[in-house]
Amino acid sequence: MNTPLSWIKAYVPDLDVTAQEFVDAMTLSGSHVENYEKKDKNLEKIVVGKILKIERHPDADKLVVCQVDIGASEPIQIVTGAKNVKEQDVIPVVLDGGKVAAAHGDNNEYPDGIKIKKGKLRGVESNGMMCGIEELGSSRDFYPEAPEDGVYVFPENAGVKPGDDAVKALGLDDVVVEYEITSNRVDCFSIIGMAREAAVTFDKPFCPPEIKATGNDEDVNDYVSVEVQAPDLCPRYCARVVKNLKIGPSPKWMQERLASQGIRSINNLVDITNYVMEEYGQPMHAFDLSTIAGNKIIVRRANDGDKFVTLDGQERMMDHDILMICDGEKEIGIAGIMGGENSMVTDEIQTLLFEAACFDGTNIRLSSRRIGLATDAAAKFTKGLDPNLAIEAINRACQLIEEMGAGEVVGGVVDVYPNPVEPKVLPFEPDKMNALLGTDVEPDKMLYYFDKLGLSYDKDSNMITVPTFRQDLNCMADLAEEVARFYGYDNIPVSLPRGEATVGKQPYDHMINQIARTVLEGNGFSGGMCYSFESPKVFDKLLIPEDSDYRKTVEISNPLGEDFSIMRTVSLNGILTSLATNYNRKNKIARLYEFGNVYLPKALPLTELPEERMKLTIGMYGKGDFFTLKGVIEELCEKVGLKNQCTYEPTKEHTFLHPGRQANITKGKLNIGFIGQLHPECCDNYNIKSEVYVAVIDMPTLVMLSSFDVKYEGIAKFPGSTRDLSMVMDKSIFVGQIEAIIKKCGGKLLESYKLFDVYEGEQIADGKKSVAYTMTFRAKDRTLETAEVDKIVEKILKELGKLGIELRA
Amino acid sequence: MKEKLEAIKSEALAKIENADVLASLNDVKVAILGKKGELTQVLKGMKDVAPEDRPKVGQMVNEARTAIEAALEAKTKAINQAVRTEKMKRETIDVTLPGTKKLIGHRHPNQIALEDLERVFIGMGYEIVDGPEVEYDKYNFELLNIPANHPAKDEQDTFYINKEILLRTQTSPVQARVMEKGKLPIRILSPGRVFRADEVDATHSPSFHQVEGLVIDKGITMADLKGTLQQWAKEFFGENTKVKFRPHHFPFTEPSAECDITCFKCGGKGCRVCKGSGWIEILGCGMVHPKVLRDCGIDPEVYSGFAFGIGLERVTLLKYEIDDMRLLYENDMRFLSQF
Repeated sequence: MNTPLSWIKAYVPDLDVTAQEFVDAMTLSGSHVENYEKKDKNLEKIVVGKILKIERHPDADKLVVCQVDIGASEPIQIVTGAKNVKEQDVIPVVLDGGKVAAAHGDNNEYPDGIKIKKGKLRGVESNGMMCGIEELGSSRDFYPEAPEDGVYVFPENAGVKPGDDAVKALGLDDVVVEYEITSNRVDCFSIIGMAREAAVTFDKPFCPPEIKATGNDEDVNDYVSVEVQAPDLCPRYCARVVKNLKIGPSPKWMQERLASQGIRSINNLVDITNYVMEEYGQPMHAFDLSTIAGNKIIVRRANDGDKFVTLDGQERMMDHDILMICDGEKEIGIAGIMGGENSMVTDEIQTLLFEAACFDGTNIRLSSRRIGLATDAAAKFTKGLDPNLAIEAINRACQLIEEMGAGEVVGGVVDVYPNPVEPKVLPFEPDKMNALLGTDVEPDKMLYYFDKLGLSYDKDSNMITVPTFRQDLNCMADLAEEVARFYGYDNIPVSLPRGEATVGKQPYDHMINQIARTVLEGNGFSGGMCYSFESPKVFDKLLIPEDSDYRKTVEISNPLGEDFSIMRTVSLNGILTSLATNYNRKNKIARLYEFGNVYLPKALPLTELPEERMKLTIGMYGKGDFFTLKGVIEELCEKVGLKNQCTYEPTKEHTFLHPGRQANITKGKLNIGFIGQLHPECCDNYNIKSEVYVAVIDMPTLVMLSSFDVKYEGIAKFPGSTRDLSMVMDKSIFVGQIEAIIKKCGGKLLESYKLFDVYEGEQIADGKKSVAYTMTFRAKDRTLETAEVDKIVEKILKELGKLGIELRA
Repeated sequence: MKEKLEAIKSEALAKIENADVLASLNDVKVAILGKKGELTQVLKGMKDVAPEDRPKVGQMVNEARTAIEAALEAKTKAINQAVRTEKMKRETIDVTLPGTKKLIGHRHPNQIALEDLERVFIGMGYEIVDGPEVEYDKYNFELLNIPANHPAKDEQDTFYINKEILLRTQTSPVQARVMEKGKLPIRILSPGRVFRADEVDATHSPSFHQVEGLVIDKGITMADLKGTLQQWAKEFFGENTKVKFRPHHFPFTEPSAECDITCFKCGGKGCRVCKGSGWIEILGCGMVHPKVLRDCGIDPEVYSGFAFGIGLERVTLLKYEIDDMRLLYENDMRFLSQF
């Protein structure tokens, strides 16, 4: 919403504030100013001048030398190349040392304007410059009388004289304020609404235009009848008729106000409808009565599949949820959105039908979107207008018609309004309002604000009556906000909640996440952030089979595009994409981790919320291998109380991983996650020409298994006994198998075991490898006998023997 | 005898004085004080000394021995010291060479900002609560006073899965979920991912984070809301931060406000970060709408409360002066390693 300050001042005449004061105070009372523009910010020393004499330039064919009366004792000499000027023309002149907003003949932006200095043009002194409308920062759109190329010439009836302030004379001495109006304040999408807010904000009288009775002694009902067949979509329809139209330009003041709103003047009729739409926020439509068959307006739903040609010449497809304005035979307009080509007003119009109606905002919004036609009128209706506004607006328009002599208004209004909206009545509860706000505002002061806002108070019933244009006021809290707005949010005191103390805490799983972050960052992994939605193509990229459960996804019905269309079920793509980005940007090493959910549907199509499982996804390339990453996972497990408790089970189940280099991380039957090298084909799919290692930890499982329940066990007092085992075995045997046996047979006396050598090559037969462990045995309460230890080692060797593992000779 | 002792002593002291390695000292020690050493020999020769002179000679021998031993000890210490000094001189290193460092990972700036934020509110007695990201319309809209056909539910803003299920557009549904549980008083902070149908650009992302706060108790006022957020702003942005509240509109709060803080870059004078205004818009807040309380099973005649929602990315971008939101999701190591 944009308002020129001058227009606001027209209805709040006592308002005397600077632009800055205005925007600051309006923002603090709830009309958030996003921006404001002083139209004359780069216009300085520009006066009205009258050309007294034009002579040829002695040395330049394209220049002339003018003597210009600027209201001073002597005329000044100005050299110009403009071709449109003649003697006696009244023009804007920028004097020596002044400023204009733009240059003639280029489209460059000049944020600080252009300084004008006196000088010589081809040897002849020039003491200023005559200005075109573009140089004054505007355009022919708003000043249609300006020439296409050349100096602006004031019309004869402009009422200006040499020496006058030309900026003021052109109405450029204004500020246009742009507000962010919140959706609840429908009334503020109008000049009247904003003026009312300004009047309360600055505590000045509010003087809206006085709407006078209009019309001749004829009866509009003799001209037209209105039938609303869809009252749910059209709560009110008002129609008036104007005859003997005199189409012509609208007065300068109206053109200027429309210009300030960015609306180009067309003619008095169009301008009046636009003007009233801006002034009251009520869109209106004008029909040529002669095109309306049967002099009858019918408001009804369209039929599915109907085609309709709108004012802009486009044929559009209608449906049953679109409301149409029809005459006795045919559709003539899409209600609230755009009129039809078939009832378009032309310059030949004799008799006019004005429509001011209230249409259902939601319906207009949805219809406008469905047919892909967004108009200013639709934007206004979408907000849900007050039906009582329609009658005010149509009468205002007729008043302007009469005032401007644009036609003869026929008496009476056709007003179809079966269920009039009545003002709401709310109890006046000053104590509750103060209690909510934490303030101590006097009830009288509250009533003063209400009165200025147009809310009336009845002392006997202690009730507040809310005018219908304030649809947003429905309860005590709403009224409290009105009090707060004008009492000043700044003036509300500052305190802290009292009452029962509460314990501040973070959930246990967040704490585990924090431990994981610390471990990962200590190992060179940086925290990343990835999207929750991705493309279904990801599954092919990750070589996931067609029948995999991963492909059962939650789909977004209105995604931004295929790339963001499904909720991820596997967390890897985000990190891999990020690694690819790093690789592509020639970062030699990348180590990333990410916490984020995967979304697993319980049934498809979705009938309940999917399961959201937090995954810790880790990925790296450039330095380190499988065991680097495994070490990090082991450290993480140790930090959450799972030291040496997790098993790494070799597997081939993860299609996106190297089949010989992947493992599930398990504890008992529970799967904590997986780790592995990315499948080379996957690497190709992500364009990473380096070995990539990844791990995914299922955080709910890790959180469930985590334990910080530690009891001190004492420090060993008795000596331990160490045995080294050097063994030869088939290459295919995993050390995990050996360790499982050592652990199982070692029993309570086994304190620790450590792999210290794996060797293949010379002295070891082909297909075999040598593996060496050192084991420490210890008892808490005594020194171990050699025989005891020997017995355990024998047992271990016996079990290992079953796998074909032998002691190395 | 006396002369002989003097001679032995002065010769020994001279040798000690001239010794420059520990071995020479040992030689002196053996030659003088050893079993066959000169001084030992003198003692062995005592039997030849007249009995009346023996005490005197004995004393002289002891004096000589003490003097030599003292000299030996002093010299040993001196040599050791010299050796150590020399060793340390050789051991001098270039301390300006780089340290041996492991690869260091960095926390995501958004996460750092979140943790800073959480810390302040946990200190004020808030419990951190999570909620689902794929959410029912009921919690995301209906219970928050956003009925069917409200423009805020527009498909242009909201990602829908089906009619009832959507990607939450705000963290506010957690409010409704917590209130519905009925345990009072409530003092929670709920950070999390939210989704809006915005195309990716420098200031927009279809996925971003909000931090929602909710307090419900008897007698909670708008003054409490102001005080709480002012406290937070001072803790988070610095002691001199000022807070300004402007009226605004949210369907689920009434009265509603937007909160600006004095620009932490320029302190309110006006700069590039605050676009010259001295103020930065930081969050939306308000008193929980009585209809929301009622719909969630809380009697608005007895309880009142406030809620606020902070856009985490906005805070992160401002705090670290990051000029493009896309950087947060690219995970370029050169970006991440700066935090």
